[in-house]
Amino acid sequence: MAVEAHELTKDYKYGFHDADISVFRTEKGLSEAVVAAISDHKHEPEWMLRFRLKALAHFQKRAMPAWGADLSGIDFDNIYYYVKPVEEQSRSWDDVPASIKETFDKLGIPEAERKFLAGVSAQYDSEVVYHNIREDLGKLGVVFGDCDTGLREHPEIFRKYFGTVIPPNDNKFAALNSAVWSGGSFVYVPAGVRVDIPLQAYFRINSDNMGQFERTLIIAEEGAYVHYIEGCTAPNYSSDSLHSAVVEIIAHKDAHVRYTTIQNWSDNVYNLVTKRAVAYQGAKVEWIDGNLGSKVTMKYPAIYLMGEHAHGEVLSAAFAGPGQHQDAGAKCIHVAPHTTSNIVSRSISKGGGRTSYRGHIKVYPKAEDVRVNVRCDALLLDEDSQSDTYPYMDVENPEVTIGHEATVSRVGEDQIFYLMSRGIPEQDATALIVNGFFEPFVKELPMEYAVELNRLLAVQMEGSVG
Amino acid sequence: MPERPTLVVEGLHAAVEGKEILRGVDLRVPAGEVHALMGPNGSGKSTLAYTLMGHPKYEVTGGRAGFDGHDLLPLSADERARLGLFLSFQYPTAIPGVTTVNFLRAALKALGKELPARQFLQTLSSEMATLKIDEGFRARYINDGFSGGEKKRMEILQLAVLRPRMAILDETDSGLDIDALRTVAEGVNRVIGEDIGILLITHYSRILEYLRPDAVHVLHHGRVVASGGHELARRIESEGYDPILGAAAGAPA
Repeated sequence: MAVEAHELTKDYKYGFHDADISVFRTEKGLSEAVVAAISDHKHEPEWMLRFRLKALAHFQKRAMPAWGADLSGIDFDNIYYYVKPVEEQSRSWDDVPASIKETFDKLGIPEAERKFLAGVSAQYDSEVVYHNIREDLGKLGVVFGDCDTGLREHPEIFRKYFGTVIPPNDNKFAALNSAVWSGGSFVYVPAGVRVDIPLQAYFRINSDNMGQFERTLIIAEEGAYVHYIEGCTAPNYSSDSLHSAVVEIIAHKDAHVRYTTIQNWSDNVYNLVTKRAVAYQGAKVEWIDGNLGSKVTMKYPAIYLMGEHAHGEVLSAAFAGPGQHQDAGAKCIHVAPHTTSNIVSRSISKGGGRTSYRGHIKVYPKAEDVRVNVRCDALLLDEDSQSDTYPYMDVENPEVTIGHEATVSRVGEDQIFYLMSRGIPEQDATALIVNGFFEPFVKELPMEYAVELNRLLAVQMEGSVG
Repeated sequence: MPERPTLVVEGLHAAVEGKEILRGVDLRVPAGEVHALMGPNGSGKSTLAYTLMGHPKYEVTGGRAGFDGHDLLPLSADERARLGLFLSFQYPTAIPGVTTVNFLRAALKALGKELPARQFLQTLSSEMATLKIDEGFRARYINDGFSGGEKKRMEILQLAVLRPRMAILDETDSGLDIDALRTVAEGVNRVIGEDIGILLITHYSRILEYLRPDAVHVLHHGRVVASGGHELARRIESEGYDPILGAAAGAPA
């Protein structure tokens, strides 16, 4: 079967999948019964079931968004909302089933990385199968686990923050996630604790027609620091898949949270993600967000700057190839005075691909001495590709400094010729220029991700020169 | 004795956007020699440089160009570079995000001249010191935000590191002050030798005081209308182009 799947999906580099090893899954489609079955299967408390059902009701009556990318291809009735691949969570690598290990091997997560990183919490289908927290992190009081365990083992903290940054009625897809969420990460860093090594989760969709609805909740107490990294690859299937995650970050006074994602879903996935952070006094939140794969991505990481001197950064990179639409951007909401934000967006379109930057800056009346800087640059590799910018600014305080710069350019014939005149073949020259364009983004990534991103870009660039 | 690798241009015609600029250029530049190509503005000097290097916008409409026994015309720019050709650009292009060090390493690899990392960095350091280029430029994006003079030095740095067999230097001296000119000329002098030919395109004879060409050619209306030794450059310096162009038989008005 694996061979067949490989045959079918050979155009997509990570287009392999294992024989289905699921042990429990709900029927296709969405109903109160399905939601109740998910909650029951997880032995959740009553309040979570009510939360889910309320979210489901909201999802069912909320219209599809009338803006952004084309979502008409989603068939909500043809999706499995919950699939659990193994009975129990594994505590050590040795307990992880061989077929799953094989998948990780195919993804090329290096051995050294597994050992070095604090805990590799990898999402395989809906459930976290492997999860390991290095002991010293635990001793510091740092919690890094999947969200289901967070709910079970840290009920007070969990309930205090869950759904507070992104309520279920925020948008249709946040409502969907709230109804059927499963897995994702729960991170808690106590006051004053700096987590020096990045916490990393590797997400992956494996079942045909399986939506993935992971939920991530990160809480950094006063003066804490944490860097969370999430990477995604999905195997390719003949019918469309849906990924709709919710990520909530709470950065208390003087805390610093950095969240890095590289999204490389296969090109049939609808990737509709709500990501939002609140930053209190003196806190700093950074979203580092790379979007390479998927059929459609709609994602606008947001930061609510709630306390004075809070700072927000959104650094994003997008690549849209044939048939892809990356509709990405950022939102910075300045509620408090003396807050600052910086948004840098880079996008590349190729072979008819489309990228959009959609930004929202809001400055409340009482937020004086606010500084905002927005810069978005788009690179088009051919005539068929497209890029649009939708910057929206809503500024209610006159004492604001806003810089906004947007450019759209093409790979110049003269740039290519210059590199070729030094012996570099045309395709490599294009790849160099493309990598150079993403360099401000790539240099913010940990080494192994930078290498991986450059490799993925090189794959995307193959055959781009006609 | 085998013939030295030679750039041979015969009756070369080329057009840009349908307009014919080169109208039958003849030139022979063997390895081991420095040839200067002079001429007034608009005579076709840069067009010849781009055409020989293979810029897709320059369309060859007649004649031949070859190097070391190979026909250049069917080859793409990178193939010509791998044959040993090099062009020092009059206006080098910026490539944001690509550092000088990564660019040079990619070029060496493409040329099949890859060096071990340590040796590469040592070579780069010593060549940069010779050209009085600050070490910080290694990590700068190629030509991005460089001054005119910095760009020209960077071109000569590439010449020194990549070691081609036939270098076309397109107005490498323009826009340089006297000190920068001397530094750049010394850089070129260091690569001159038996196994490299140089076609030095220039407006002025000043750089020729440093580089001592074996031959001087004058291009006018897309044709070489006069050739001679260093004294030809001296004559242009003192009398301008007019007497030479006037004397050139058959030069179209």
